[in-house]
Amino acid sequence: MAEAAPAAPAKPAFDPKAACPDIRRRLWASKTKGTLLEGRLWPSDLWPHPWISESYRRGAFVLGAIAIGAIALAVGLGEIGAPLAALHEFYRQWAQARLPEAPAWSVEAVWILVKAIVVLHIILINGLFLVWWERKISAHIQSRLGPIFVGGWHGWLQTVADGLKLLIKEDAAPAQKDSWLYRIAPALAFAPVLLCFAPVPFGRDLEAANIDVGIVYVFACSGVSVLGIVLAGWASANKYSLLGGLRSAAQLVSYELPRAFSIVPMVALAGSLSLTKIVQAQEGYWMGFFPKWFFFYPIVGQISFVIFLIASVAETNRTPFDIPEAESELVAGFHTEYSGMKFALFFLTEYAYVFLAAALIATFFFGGGAAPTPLLSVIPSWFWFLSKTLFFVFCFLWFRWTFPRFRIDRLMDFTWKFLLPWSFVNIIFSIPYIFL
Amino acid sequence: MTDLKTDTMFVNMGPQHPSTHGVLRLGLTLSGEIIVKAEPDIGYLHRGTEKLAELRGYHQCVVMTDRWDYVSAMPNNLVFCLAAEKLMNLEISSRANYLRVLMCEINRIASHLLFLGTYGIDIGAYTPFLYAFREREMVLDLFEMACGARTTFNYIRIGGVSADLPQGWTEKCREFLNYFKGKIREYDDLLTYNPIFLDRTKTVGILSKETALDWGLTGPNLRGSGVPYDVRKTDPYCVYDKLDFDVCVGETGSCWDRYHVRVLEMTQSIRIVEQCLGQLPAGDVMAKGVAKIPKPPAGEAYAHVEASRGDLGIYLVADGSSAPYRLHARAPSYINLAVLQEILTGLKLADVIAILGSTDIVLGEVDR
Repeated sequence: MAEAAPAAPAKPAFDPKAACPDIRRRLWASKTKGTLLEGRLWPSDLWPHPWISESYRRGAFVLGAIAIGAIALAVGLGEIGAPLAALHEFYRQWAQARLPEAPAWSVEAVWILVKAIVVLHIILINGLFLVWWERKISAHIQSRLGPIFVGGWHGWLQTVADGLKLLIKEDAAPAQKDSWLYRIAPALAFAPVLLCFAPVPFGRDLEAANIDVGIVYVFACSGVSVLGIVLAGWASANKYSLLGGLRSAAQLVSYELPRAFSIVPMVALAGSLSLTKIVQAQEGYWMGFFPKWFFFYPIVGQISFVIFLIASVAETNRTPFDIPEAESELVAGFHTEYSGMKFALFFLTEYAYVFLAAALIATFFFGGGAAPTPLLSVIPSWFWFLSKTLFFVFCFLWFRWTFPRFRIDRLMDFTWKFLLPWSFVNIIFSIPYIFL
Repeated sequence: MTDLKTDTMFVNMGPQHPSTHGVLRLGLTLSGEIIVKAEPDIGYLHRGTEKLAELRGYHQCVVMTDRWDYVSAMPNNLVFCLAAEKLMNLEISSRANYLRVLMCEINRIASHLLFLGTYGIDIGAYTPFLYAFREREMVLDLFEMACGARTTFNYIRIGGVSADLPQGWTEKCREFLNYFKGKIREYDDLLTYNPIFLDRTKTVGILSKETALDWGLTGPNLRGSGVPYDVRKTDPYCVYDKLDFDVCVGETGSCWDRYHVRVLEMTQSIRIVEQCLGQLPAGDVMAKGVAKIPKPPAGEAYAHVEASRGDLGIYLVADGSSAPYRLHARAPSYINLAVLQEILTGLKLADVIAILGSTDIVLGEVDR
């Protein structure tokens, strides 16, 4: 006899689904239901397999509907590069008619200002979206739900609420801070990322500025952000911050080298440092259907891609390379002492760089706005660009919630002894392609 | 080149720090990222339970033992009761003995799961933490069903256990075991054999057999260094001599070995629990004639068990009154912690966390 308790009259088996059809209510019921044995639900009770669950099927359906709706909207809108150029022309003529005495450069400056504001808002909205997306993805990877209440639908307003909270939060600062540097550091980290987006071609004829040396420009600007991080670490008057800042200086400077060298073959193949030209070089299809993306150039494309991806993850300070803000060692690294909007700026910087890195991957290796097959060219280029970028952003988030963290010296070994030599070797590999 | 003037930096890691697992303070003298000197400082959670025990009845002391190693409280209950029962010459029923072993082993699973999750966080992997806690939650549910409490049980009492299993508990427990077996493979894929994780832990914090024995380590920390010392085998208590299980040992004594010993021990605990469930005899769970306020005859007794963190011993001196004259606990975490100052020197700052995490201390037990 296994049980000492007297045999109770047979009760019907507790069926959680019948008791509470809605999953959220069911989770709640499991916490509050009376008896210890029957009300409590275990993972095995709830999810024999995700697809059996009604809410998962419904979720998949909703996601599919959103995707189809977005594609339909994109096809309906079509290419927006040409209409925008027309708008620019219209604006110039209108300005000349209304303000004939205004010099031409001031008219152009206003237009550039408009473009800058649009890019700024892309970055800000991207930050809001990515934080929410990361929280949802991390939650689902970790078998949680993530933000679910604010805004109604899957907590979509959560980051807006968080942003408002950060805006009105008291700006607490350490007493011994280096006041000026402490204040200027977040801006110094954030401002360069705005500049970085200028030459990124968001689609056909959709770059804010077609710079001839776009790649050099992007890397140069993103290098300045390191200064903001180091200053933040120094000015906080906190030992953890200082260590975090110094670590990030070493890490970011080291990883910029393999990152830049890994795309030398792409530059050579395209024959230009301009991002727009690089995208144009990848247009067209082999045998009429296979895209001429640099990723598909045997050996060279793949090695470049892997090196660039790894170096990009390191450049954006994300796991497995997040040692400047390694929580378990340095509390929060360089931004330990920052709060309120200053902290939010660091946060925005990180997500903007993630978006930038993903956009650069899409540009260098996956043809920017090019469709994967000629048939799908009806979907406009900006939609393809955005999809590819978001896919790589997803990869970044995926890495973060899967991998442990490197140690600082191993991290340095990895870049100097592995990534950098291979990026040189890769340049040699690319020689046949250039002369073919 | 002129010599740069460099200086060391003193970093106070703890008592409030994300990864000191409680309120441990490590005074680290750093030269850049290298540790020059490490001084563990304890006592922030001292509640004086050993002294308090001298003013309280034996039945009340069981409650206090819960608060030592609050992550695995069952062995604490058990060891105190074993010592008190030695004083009182009590005969424990077979069913109660099996229940004690059963609870201790699933508590070992819960404790090692907590270690696994938090160690993942120490190394920088967040996801295993949530997975480990998902499974730990089920163990805590099992405890809640059995005794109403989730972490501080007061389940094992002098003379037996406080309550028999509720109806359906064994089925629920088997369900958990079957579910959990597959999950260990998941942890292996996600964390144990992750190249970055191996890189961080496999060559770090190596404790030789000699060092481990010199510093008096016990439990998974000692077994990680390859010493097959396990109280369950060397000095079996309750019904461990009737159960079939292996003592898991590591090879080099690195952080990874200490980690891996715990993962292996979870599979052994599954084996033990399954055997217990299979062999569970019928009968009473409480010995007859144990007074509400026990008054053991004057004398002294020592009992020790293999708790989740090592060899947990209790020395009790009775003077014939209802309260112990003296109670002393040999807390494994406290002794395991001491070795830190020896092995931390010369390592990187990140390794401090890796090593500290791998020793799996619970400050409630260190400070008592």
